[in-house]
Amino acid sequence: MEYTTTVLTGFVALYIFMLAAFTGFEIIGRVPAILHTPLMSGSNFIHGIVVVGALWALLNASSTLQQVVGFVGVLLGAGNAAGGYVVTERMLEMFKPSDKKKG
Amino acid sequence: MNSALIIDAAYFLAAFLFIFGLKRMSSPITAPTGIRWAGLGMVVAVLASFLYTLDVEPDARPHLTTNVTLAIIALVLGFGWAWWSGKKVAMTAMPQMVALYNGMGGGAAAAIAAIELFGHKSHVGVGLALAVLGGLIGSISLSGSLIAWGKLDGRINKTLRLTGLQAINGTLLLVLVALGAYVVYMHGAVPAGILALFFALALFYGVMMTMPIGGADMPVVISLYNAFTGLAVGFEGYVLNNPALMIAGMVVGSAGTLLTLLMAKAMNRSVSNVLFSNFGAAGGEGDSEIEGSMKPADAGDAAINMRYASKVIIAPGYGLAVAQAQHKLYEFVKLLQANDVDVKFAIHPVAGRMPGHMNVLLAEAGVPYDIIFDMEDINAEFKEADVAVVIGANDTVNPAARTNKSSPIYGMPILNVDQAKQVYVVKRGQGKGYSGVENELFFRDNCNMVYGDAQKVMVEMIQAVKSLEGGH
Repeated sequence: MEYTTTVLTGFVALYIFMLAAFTGFEIIGRVPAILHTPLMSGSNFIHGIVVVGALWALLNASSTLQQVVGFVGVLLGAGNAAGGYVVTERMLEMFKPSDKKKG
Repeated sequence: MNSALIIDAAYFLAAFLFIFGLKRMSSPITAPTGIRWAGLGMVVAVLASFLYTLDVEPDARPHLTTNVTLAIIALVLGFGWAWWSGKKVAMTAMPQMVALYNGMGGGAAAAIAAIELFGHKSHVGVGLALAVLGGLIGSISLSGSLIAWGKLDGRINKTLRLTGLQAINGTLLLVLVALGAYVVYMHGAVPAGILALFFALALFYGVMMTMPIGGADMPVVISLYNAFTGLAVGFEGYVLNNPALMIAGMVVGSAGTLLTLLMAKAMNRSVSNVLFSNFGAAGGEGDSEIEGSMKPADAGDAAINMRYASKVIIAPGYGLAVAQAQHKLYEFVKLLQANDVDVKFAIHPVAGRMPGHMNVLLAEAGVPYDIIFDMEDINAEFKEADVAVVIGANDTVNPAARTNKSSPIYGMPILNVDQAKQVYVVKRGQGKGYSGVENELFFRDNCNMVYGDAQKVMVEMIQAVKSLEGGH
């Protein structure tokens, strides 16, 4: 049987938006303040997924204008994703507990 | 195998990994693995997207080779540049770097909107409206984040103060909404000039909205634009029928909004206050003469005093990081610990340039996170402390915030360092803090000033304690 992508419109989309919004709220709500900066950076990385949308737009471009704008979109999106990842990982790597031997 | 099925499955996996990763990032123990899981999700999603080439729209088929080449070049350039810049950026410059990457995300969302609108690809009401809205928010986030980056990076020093600026901005926003509504009303069939004007005005609005905001408030603004970009990405996800974008965008949109509110609350300000008032403009007016005088102290004497104390609490501020003194400070702390002094760090919510920034800077120097405490958790302990040391902090320890109603910082929660038996303030000179307010603490009887560059002072303190041990 041929698979076709489900079109997410109307209430289905609304349900997705609502549940995702609550998810984001719940995750951040319980985070200690020491992680706020890495978490802002981490969530910044997550919206780097926009690169995937820009990729679709560029691959389906049918005019020079669309190709130029699509190229810029992919470039910026890729920068968002890679930059967000690197700085977040660098920050989180540094958090270490006390050395157990000391005391 | 059907390529659409693989793409959808990959996006589902990516959405799962993003949420799972963010969840793990909520504790310092699991956080490093959290970002890696989320990173894996990103790789899966990007790789799967190349399956789009198997099924492009009829109009785009003749251009496919060019488009794929362009896509690969853009990916390599974007990933490469950001990876390189992210690796080399100093921890002190982290807030502006996050702003820059965030602006890029907003720009990408705006680019998707532009292609949809200029190419007349969306005709249905809701999709068209969300494309327009995402384009608007994404554009504001792009130009606004760039201004925020420029300000924090010291490239833009001017703070725009214009009478009637709010009226101008209000009018701009009204025009933007009207233009957007017109595009939706016309089912997207509007001249390209109108669309170009729409995007240009949106970018201009982002600049106008950010220019009047001072450097101290920038973190709140960056966090807000982070939420904006999330929303824009979520909306464009709807337009593209892409659930990964919808979920990731909306999760960040709400998480970013909450984070913005938490930051503003920590600074004792409301978000609207940050956006629409000129903080610092009133600074200095509430100044009254403070009785007493600032008493200098020798770094070595202060160090020896701490060496024989039983409990020392350190309140670091951004000045510590500017002087790059975190490593020397931790070396000194280890010396104290070796002499059985109980040392703790007290972090004000806005220490550094944004909440949690100081924790990152201390972590960089190797300070373990279990001797670092948030303000609420440690404020009660100051009265039991023999010595409190303030390094490169000012407004966050000013008792005027508790008592002086005419002070611009009145009402802001502060670290209770003044309750310690002895307070040492390490400071370059007699200047005022970021808010431009004189600090009452410095004039208190139990407070002494150790003047000098924080790094030099720490070196002197280390030597003083070491020479003491040499004499045994």
